[in-house]
Amino acid sequence: MNTLISIEGVSRRFGDVTALDSVSLDIRQGEFFALLGPSGCGKTTLLRILAGFEEPDAGSVRLDGADLLAVPAHRRPVNLMFQSYALFPHMSVEKNVAYGLEREKLPRQEIRRRVSEVLETVGLAAHARRRPHQLSGGQRQRVALARAIVKRPRLLLLDEPLSALDKKVRAEMQLELKRLQHDVGITFVVVTHDQEEAMSLADRIAVMQGGRVEQIDAPVALYDRPRTPFVADFIGANNLFAGTVSGGGLEVSGLGVLPAPTAGLPEGAQALLAVRPERVRLGQGTLTGTVVDVSFYGGVSHVALSVPGHGGHVLVATQGPARVETGTEIELGWDAADGVVIAADDAAVENGAPV
Amino acid sequence: MTPSPAGRRAAARVATLGPGFAFLTVFLLVPLALVLSYTVFRRGRFGGIVYEPTGENFARLADPLYLDVVLGSVRLAAVTTLLALLLGYPTAYMIARLPGRWKAIALVAVVLPFWTNFLIRTYAWIVLLNSQGPVNSGLEALGLGPVELLYTDGAIVAGLLYAYLPLMILPLYSAIERLDPQLREASANLGARPARTFWSVTLPLSLPGVLTGCVFVFVPSLGNFVIPELLGGGRRIMVGNLIRDQFLKARDWPFGSVLALAVIAVLVLLLFAQAWAGRRAGRNG
Repeated sequence: MNTLISIEGVSRRFGDVTALDSVSLDIRQGEFFALLGPSGCGKTTLLRILAGFEEPDAGSVRLDGADLLAVPAHRRPVNLMFQSYALFPHMSVEKNVAYGLEREKLPRQEIRRRVSEVLETVGLAAHARRRPHQLSGGQRQRVALARAIVKRPRLLLLDEPLSALDKKVRAEMQLELKRLQHDVGITFVVVTHDQEEAMSLADRIAVMQGGRVEQIDAPVALYDRPRTPFVADFIGANNLFAGTVSGGGLEVSGLGVLPAPTAGLPEGAQALLAVRPERVRLGQGTLTGTVVDVSFYGGVSHVALSVPGHGGHVLVATQGPARVETGTEIELGWDAADGVVIAADDAAVENGAPV
Repeated sequence: MTPSPAGRRAAARVATLGPGFAFLTVFLLVPLALVLSYTVFRRGRFGGIVYEPTGENFARLADPLYLDVVLGSVRLAAVTTLLALLLGYPTAYMIARLPGRWKAIALVAVVLPFWTNFLIRTYAWIVLLNSQGPVNSGLEALGLGPVELLYTDGAIVAGLLYAYLPLMILPLYSAIERLDPQLREASANLGARPARTFWSVTLPLSLPGVLTGCVFVFVPSLGNFVIPELLGGGRRIMVGNLIRDQFLKARDWPFGSVLALAVIAVLVLLLFAQAWAGRRAGRNG
């Protein structure tokens, strides 16, 4: 796939705060890309730079190889669906949607045709004459989406597109966004702090933290093979153990040698072991813990165990109802292949673990 | 017996609203009713009224002499309001977009003139505009003067504008400041140049503030009688001067009341227009 957007060494400071610290990433033509991270990680600043509302202090942004930063916001082939929707309150739905096309000085006939087409697509044809305040939150979002895609941008930016919606509308909108992206073939970039939103929507995710990109990968790879302690901790639930590579496992102080896939790492290297709760088995293993909490979620149950020598609790996910009770002492363990070892610089291990 | 919750709420309402209502009733509504009642009676010889009903007070209003004064006043007040809007909007717009601390400083600067006495400030204009004043000296130095500036309609408008410009800026500021800055960004994002964004988004959404500012400037401009006297030199009589003269000099209370009623009628019409337009604009917000 061709690269659509190429971001290189982009930095932005606000006073003493570094919002973006030399960020580089490529977004491919036609993909659904997510910028994921906690608030303050710089994702919104990056979005505003792409839209042209903000300028980087250093670095370059290219679209199809041409310098995007030289183009003023109103001339960029980039449209944004605002988190707050930012619909014009004094205009009807169709006026809101037509606004961007009118700026292109298109013939009236064509504007009318494209507006009604896009309103059909988002299922709001019947509401064309309404004002934004007469619509529900979900409907307003559809208007915001229609207003952005009717311009047929090269790049569509979506700022926390699902966060303001309730659970049911959210699931609907999620499917609709994916369908739409498939149908119109526009490159989508979604900015979110919500990993479920990113994981369910995106082809690839850039996890950001403290103004830096931690890892860029497909959702499954991000979940299965986190490459930094932050990603291991941030994406999904994980049991994290910091230690040193020793005798085919990871020696963790207070717990002994834990099973870990340490092949390729030198003896004595500092590393972080991450084991997903669903990979931990109860009943046999290298550790012994006491059950402190059992939560039943229908399909799965979560069991929290306190293990002497380990700072936090070890979390175990089991299918269906758990067959243990609070207070039980039980053995637990995992196969070495089920863990992920992150050989990080010392500082990263120190900061990243334990949870 | 303890009072019911509803009774207590009613008592609380009377306690909070009561004093204000009482004050307004005694000092606004009662005098207003008196003035209105004067319009239908004959004038007393030395002021006051004689309780003989008559319609001739209203008939006098149609006299071109007085009609000209009323219309001329409306025109001067309207010119003042328009100039205040043209000067005030960019000012309010810039203040609304200043960073927080500068905003506060700029707003203080806008209301600063109110800290000095109104008469003194108006006299300052006489000093500025008279034939030996700094403005004329400057014009003379450039070979353009002297020009008669003082005691003209222009001087009256300048004085009114100076006095009431802050009343335009403040409501405009609050209307513009309230606008979601993301609406401007959305407009740019959809391809609008800054000028287009202003005409299509910022201005229509700040219309309620425009209307409020216009009423705030027009109303006191129309009724003002100090500025026309000091800066107009008595050559231009505005309706405010006329009303005062009817009460204090001509001792014709009934006709003074008719003139006052005419001004009130114009203002009430204006307020209705503002409420109507404001509601229309409000429905958009």
